[in-house]
Amino acid sequence: MQEPVLEGCFKTDQELTDPLLRPGNTNCGGCGMSVAWNMLSHARGKHELQVVIPACCGIVTAGHYPVSSYGAPTVASTFASSAAVAAGLAHVMEMNDENKRAVCFAGDGGTYDIGMATLSAAAERNDDILYICYDNEIYGNTGGQRSSATPLGATTTTTPGGKKLQKKDITAIMAAHRIPYVASVSLAHLEDTRRKMQYALETRGFRFLHVFAPCPTGWKSEQAEGIDLIRMAVDSGLFPVMEIFDGVTTQINIEPSMSDEALETYFSSQGRFKKNKVDIATVRAAIDANWARLRRGVS
Amino acid sequence: MTVQLISANHAAAMAATLAGRANRNARGFGGGIYPITPQTECIELLAKQEFEKGGVIPVESEHSAMAVCMGVSLGGARSFTASASNGLAYMAENVVAAGMYRLPILMMAVNRTLGPPWNIWVDHGDTLMLRDSGWMHIYCEDNQEVLDSILFGYRLAEDPRVLLPIMVCQDAFVLSHTMMQTDIPDQEQVDRFLPDLDLPHRLHNDAVTVGGLDFPHETEVHRAQHQEAMDGVAEVYAEIQDEFEQIFGRRPADRIVPYRMEDAKYAVVSMGTTALTVRVAVDAMREKGIPVGAVRMRMLRPYPEKEMIEALAGCEKVAILDRDISLGHGGVLWSETRGTVPPGCVVQGTMLGLGGGDIRPQHIEEVIEDLLERTEDGSPVIKEVM
Repeated sequence: MQEPVLEGCFKTDQELTDPLLRPGNTNCGGCGMSVAWNMLSHARGKHELQVVIPACCGIVTAGHYPVSSYGAPTVASTFASSAAVAAGLAHVMEMNDENKRAVCFAGDGGTYDIGMATLSAAAERNDDILYICYDNEIYGNTGGQRSSATPLGATTTTTPGGKKLQKKDITAIMAAHRIPYVASVSLAHLEDTRRKMQYALETRGFRFLHVFAPCPTGWKSEQAEGIDLIRMAVDSGLFPVMEIFDGVTTQINIEPSMSDEALETYFSSQGRFKKNKVDIATVRAAIDANWARLRRGVS
Repeated sequence: MTVQLISANHAAAMAATLAGRANRNARGFGGGIYPITPQTECIELLAKQEFEKGGVIPVESEHSAMAVCMGVSLGGARSFTASASNGLAYMAENVVAAGMYRLPILMMAVNRTLGPPWNIWVDHGDTLMLRDSGWMHIYCEDNQEVLDSILFGYRLAEDPRVLLPIMVCQDAFVLSHTMMQTDIPDQEQVDRFLPDLDLPHRLHNDAVTVGGLDFPHETEVHRAQHQEAMDGVAEVYAEIQDEFEQIFGRRPADRIVPYRMEDAKYAVVSMGTTALTVRVAVDAMREKGIPVGAVRMRMLRPYPEKEMIEALAGCEKVAILDRDISLGHGGVLWSETRGTVPPGCVVQGTMLGLGGGDIRPQHIEEVIEDLLERTEDGSPVIKEVM
């Protein structure tokens, strides 16, 4: 029997009265991004946020003018610009001694692809921004095209024969900027998620959270199984759950069992991997190589 | 007030500095900066300035320079950037966004030819590409006008009846790198002229989404409101002219600047520094007894249609000069202005000095002589000046 997650008390009073993600939003059932918002809502405590969201499902979530599904002041920025708009906001907060937090909340398209130069520049400047990437490995908002976060083998509308290329290693890219904090976040491990979000909200400078976010619509998986899929990705070693401080000190937060069964179930449970079979042995070899590299960096 | 011999790039940087410092008791000053010839000296000088509250952020692209300006402005601070040519093209998406957010950002643009082929000299095609982005546009003819228009522009942009971004444009090298005697106001004067910025739609504590999703009927309303703000600019502009004059002792030019138009049967319409050359040619033609005048377009957006119709009312023939080309049509100033001439008036569009060619009085005289011979409108022509 497992201990109940989050002390068995998921919703705080603040979440009930003033949630970051309000009821009535239009997100799909089983959306990982919704869970990420709810966890940020849970973790934010006293922090006042100003949120920048570029083009992505997350800005559709806000709903149409003049309503907003978000419980914090939010800017809908252009696709590539969230980190730069947040840099401007953070600059004004700092010069006015306002103890608020500038938060970017962007998908993988706005992070790995079109927003990469802007993101890299804000990280280089160590702007006082918490950047959260919810990575569903697809351009979901436009109906499911490949991004550079789409994994090897996944069928998308622009990779009808399955993607032939690996996804970018975003945590390595961000850690290479030597920013104060980079962490990968598993929504199947809520205590770890909450701790990281709280730490990232407390820390100043550029902080990057990579949230692996299930997308039943794009992944062609069961809505109720999203969190199980994330757990399988963690157990199999496919998604390392770790944090990197100042680009130097790496800590593994969840030790994977390196389960082949979890890996096989992960792939077989998702329609996006059905059409073009993924060679599990190839994936396993890549995972092992990745972990060998990670272990070398662990302090 | 001190007089200094400075380039228009430096005049712009000093104006931005004065305006930025003037907001020190409010939300401060900021903006993203990125180098591109020929505006680089402006942002270099700006980066050296000390601000009591704020300062500029060097970024990785023009696109992000404008994004930082939007963040700064959404935070309620005064915001500035500068760019030119392909930099403006790269920035374009966020120029439109700043326009549609209705943030009173001021951008100094140095007009430079769009490449390729690469050319660093003056051509107005770069900012004209952004004509419909919801910004106000001012085109200057000397360094003092650049400095004054930046101070004036902030006051106009931030007026609660306006709340629109503004581009203050100057000709590459002809102004940007040319030193002229320039009156630089004291901080105290600028403080009196520019009130603290209090942006009503800045991000505060309310959980609103700025720039969220519109359905068609909401977009219709938003565009109508934007247009209404543009329509109200002329009145606010006139008020600010008076206040500027009271504080600085100079009167900023009107939205269009007529020259010897009182009895003119013929007119030459132009924009930017071309207008200076036109005035020299007009004087020469007047000495020959030809009743010609000139109109300089200072503010292209919102378009001063009423003023232009009045200025050209007595004309029989009008030459419209463009240092730009809307390929497949003709000059932008020509296409916008030819509808403002009186019935029966002959209109001829000429594009000259494209890519920075040196426009001399002789070229303008040739244009006027050509106009006098015309009895009906002709297709726009490109006149080579080299």
